[in-house]
Amino acid sequence: MTITREVDVIPFRNRLKEYAVKVGMSLVNQTKIITAASELARNMLKYAGGGNAVIEVISKGRENGIKLIFIDKGPGIPDVKLAMKDGFSTGKSLGLGLPGTKRLVSEFDIQSEVGKGTTVTVIKWKNG
Amino acid sequence: MEKIPILRMGSLLLVTIQVDLYDRLAENLEADLVQTINKTGAKGVLIDISAVSIIDSFMGRIIGNIATMSKILDAETVVVGMQPAVAITLVELGLPLKGVLSALNVEKGIELLTRKIADDKEPEDADDGDSE
Repeated sequence: MTITREVDVIPFRNRLKEYAVKVGMSLVNQTKIITAASELARNMLKYAGGGNAVIEVISKGRENGIKLIFIDKGPGIPDVKLAMKDGFSTGKSLGLGLPGTKRLVSEFDIQSEVGKGTTVTVIKWKNG
Repeated sequence: MEKIPILRMGSLLLVTIQVDLYDRLAENLEADLVQTINKTGAKGVLIDISAVSIIDSFMGRIIGNIATMSKILDAETVVVGMQPAVAITLVELGLPLKGVLSALNVEKGIELLTRKIADDKEPEDADDGDSE
């Protein structure tokens, strides 16, 4: 799904909710992944002016889960390590977005290249 | 344009959030609410979030802002009806909403606000008692 405006986040959240229910996630885990997605979508809007979000249902052995990929062609993050620190922000926010998101999901990966863009991949296992 | 209604009940303002929040909507609510407090001289604000299924760092911050701004304008804020899953997520996210009063439901929230407002009204009596 393409996310270029704030209101695009709402249908995206709803779509994600459908997938999370289909996988059989508990309400708490549904809330966690949707909140994480909301954070990442906001980052994409705020720092890169929008981008693409992909929802995939994945499985490993008997465990099902949801994988989200956020791809933007924004300015990139010069120091990913610093961006992952609690309380660090270049914008006027709390600096909880990335580190907070990492705490909410099972697996978290961020690839960023200055001038080219950023790709964030997160996985939430059904029982993870 | 969508708008979240603010209802007046005596010296209290009642806000029930029934729609999915997005950033602009939350920012507008913050501005509207602060103006309404100023205009009406309300002493308490009750925000019902029982229908809100997602609160992320931005919306959490707005709620914190509303509480702080109201406080400066001499009004207390109580957030009621937070879903358990939302509470768990907020704390893991790292946003424990310090400084925001909360109550389990609207009834308890109104009770808490009424008590708070009554307490604020008699600080002098309390002083007399303590100064012996």
